[in-house]
Amino acid sequence: MDCTFAVYRFDPAVDRKGRYQRYVVPAESGDKVLDCLNRIRWEQDPTLAFRASCAHGICGSDAMVINGRVALACQKLVRDFNTANHFVIEPLPVFQVIKDLVVDLRPFFEKHRAVRPHLVTNGAHPEKERRQSAENQQFIEPALRCILCAACTASCPITRVNPNYLGPAALLRAFRYICDARDAITLERLRKLDDEDGIWGCETMWWCTEVCPKGIPVTKCLGQIKRLLKKEDSSD
Amino acid sequence: MDRRYDVVIVGAGLAGLRAAIELGEGARAAVISKVFATRSHSGAAQGGIGAAIANEEPDQWEWHMFDTVKGSDYLADQDAVEIMTRDAPNTIFELEHLGVPFNRTPDGRIAQRAFGGHTRDFGKAPVKRACYAADRTGRVILDTLWEQTLRMGVDFFDEHQVLSLIVDEGICTGVVAYELATGAVVAFHCKAVLLATGGAGKLFKTTSNAFASTGDGMALAYRAGAALEDMEFVQFHPTGIYKLGILISEAARGEGGVLRNADGDRFMERYAPVIKDLAPRDMVSRCILKEIQDGRGIGGQAFVHLDLTHLGPDVIGRKLAEIAGFAKTYAGVDVTREPIPVQPTCHYMMGGIAANADGGVMAGDSGTTLPGLFAAGECACVSVHGANRLGCNSLLDTLVFGRRAGAAVRDFIRTTPTPKPSDRFREQTESRLSRLMAADGTEKIGILMAEMQQVMMEHVSVFRQASGLQAALQKIRELRERSNRISIQDQGHCFNRNLLEAIELGHMLDLAEVVILGALDRKESRGAHWREDFPQRDDEKFLHHTMVRLSGRAPELSYRPVTITRFQPRERTY
Repeated sequence: MDCTFAVYRFDPAVDRKGRYQRYVVPAESGDKVLDCLNRIRWEQDPTLAFRASCAHGICGSDAMVINGRVALACQKLVRDFNTANHFVIEPLPVFQVIKDLVVDLRPFFEKHRAVRPHLVTNGAHPEKERRQSAENQQFIEPALRCILCAACTASCPITRVNPNYLGPAALLRAFRYICDARDAITLERLRKLDDEDGIWGCETMWWCTEVCPKGIPVTKCLGQIKRLLKKEDSSD
Repeated sequence: MDRRYDVVIVGAGLAGLRAAIELGEGARAAVISKVFATRSHSGAAQGGIGAAIANEEPDQWEWHMFDTVKGSDYLADQDAVEIMTRDAPNTIFELEHLGVPFNRTPDGRIAQRAFGGHTRDFGKAPVKRACYAADRTGRVILDTLWEQTLRMGVDFFDEHQVLSLIVDEGICTGVVAYELATGAVVAFHCKAVLLATGGAGKLFKTTSNAFASTGDGMALAYRAGAALEDMEFVQFHPTGIYKLGILISEAARGEGGVLRNADGDRFMERYAPVIKDLAPRDMVSRCILKEIQDGRGIGGQAFVHLDLTHLGPDVIGRKLAEIAGFAKTYAGVDVTREPIPVQPTCHYMMGGIAANADGGVMAGDSGTTLPGLFAAGECACVSVHGANRLGCNSLLDTLVFGRRAGAAVRDFIRTTPTPKPSDRFREQTESRLSRLMAADGTEKIGILMAEMQQVMMEHVSVFRQASGLQAALQKIRELRERSNRISIQDQGHCFNRNLLEAIELGHMLDLAEVVILGALDRKESRGAHWREDFPQRDDEKFLHHTMVRLSGRAPELSYRPVTITRFQPRERTY
């Protein structure tokens, strides 16, 4: 069957603003949206730019807007949409478009860095592994599923109005280290998030959770940070 | 544009990043990657990383070494395997110290599970040796190492494709790269280059590998005069999702999953009575295809079933969640209720750039190295996997030999003067690129690539024979001829994937030829290399490594003996 794709195009060398280009692609219901985009590039228009690598939802390269909703092109199949085989494909919102569906994610990764995303420990390492309870590891486990695709942060309504807001992805990574019992600077991490650009920017709108391609309960994890901060405040 | 560093690491997967950490903050290091670092294919590794830390059951590194050697069909160099398996426990503890969130035992130690070909007491029964974080072990290790390199302030050049190595009078002093976002050609001048570019699964039609896995580092080293070793050994993982090739981790069988044919029969019991579904990948892949050939594929089609229905939602949720998601998304299968349709999928290159245990790239058969050039991870062949790699040994390989290469590079740059950069190499590469951009042929890159993948799948995958290999060789050479008549339709300088694919195609055609030449020359069956016309292993004639290097413009074969220390070759049964 034929699927119609209206794809956002922007070439910085020639275009002053974005436009949409129509392609008709033969596809089967089980094909990924990414397969269709590849077919466009290989068979019709080699100038179409988008990112993709693993093609099965683990590398996080191909988050984009498919029929109005942020998703991974490799994780959505043609049959997942009731749009009479019509597709509108657009780049992630919030970020600046470099070309077509490719956006500049540098601000996203700068925010990631801002939460000190690494384990901090005191003293010498033990000879073998540090002990960590299975329960504690399972508690942070949802955050370990994150593939840094930026779907949540791009969808979050707050990131659109406050460019300084860390956003759900960076806060989720902060949760992963705050709640890791092996980490030594929990309080410092919490304090750093204690403002409107940090955890209190989150207004619990659930958009991040809704779009997460890995099914991470992002909003709940962020809620844990709020809970811990409130607990700290009440014990002060 | 020119940039100067002490060290340039090409590839931001586990081997490259582990090396970067080992270099420490004293070295000026750049990591160049064709994709953003966390998109590296190491992140797709699922099941685990092998180490005899004996947290769940008695285990020792000698057993791990034996299993690896036997798994390799006795082709691995045993001195290198000993280094890897002895280093393995320390490697795991180091990862834990860096923050890797492994699953835990009830008493808070690192949890372990069973994996294919890993046994206790030299083959008596399966052993729990794989350390894991659910079925996203590669993902969490990649994230952890990347975050450590951010902390250290390593310079990343993401979305840069390396076009050539700078080899000046026999010494490697840098690379020339192409910046995807701008089209700029950048020369990186340095004292040492470490290639850590991963595998080349995209040589084949059905693969678990990423679009980025096009063997660039192997091809670059080969073109610069380095030898490629044992390239004929290509691993087909038994359980890719039917038609798609998406990996379903061996951990699924490690946790108790079983393979069934059309009769519902657990057929691996017939082929490997002792360890059954946990036999090594080369065997299981052949068994699946044998069942299909004998008419016992499901519904007469080219797949069998991987049955996890008896494991229960708890085990699947805590340990196999990722693959359950893949099965649901791509095959519409709820693994707690239905079996997954699976078929073998191209997964891993046992061969690669001939390297020693410190990452030094071999220049000649006598063990001399190419100064300034190092290699580690899947793109290198040390050789620890021989003719067939065991599951869980690839992550281990990247980390053990990534660290050792990092240490060797650190020592190397201390005693090496800063080379005098010359513009010549960048200019040469720029003019090559201009010629490519200006080409006005009628051949289409996508079509050539598809034809290559098709012929490799048909004749050079699990079962091979002389006539098919000859036909494939002829086809690959014809494709190379045709690839001189392509045109680049995208004439832009921003995210020009069209140009990149032309470059990748060139790399893959070189490698495909080397794979086929090795496969033709090896008239025996060993590990993943199965010749239907020579179904026996022949230690008398073929217990050697195949080395291929460019002599002028033609590939030239030679051999290197296998290092055997503890375990003499024996018949390989499970």
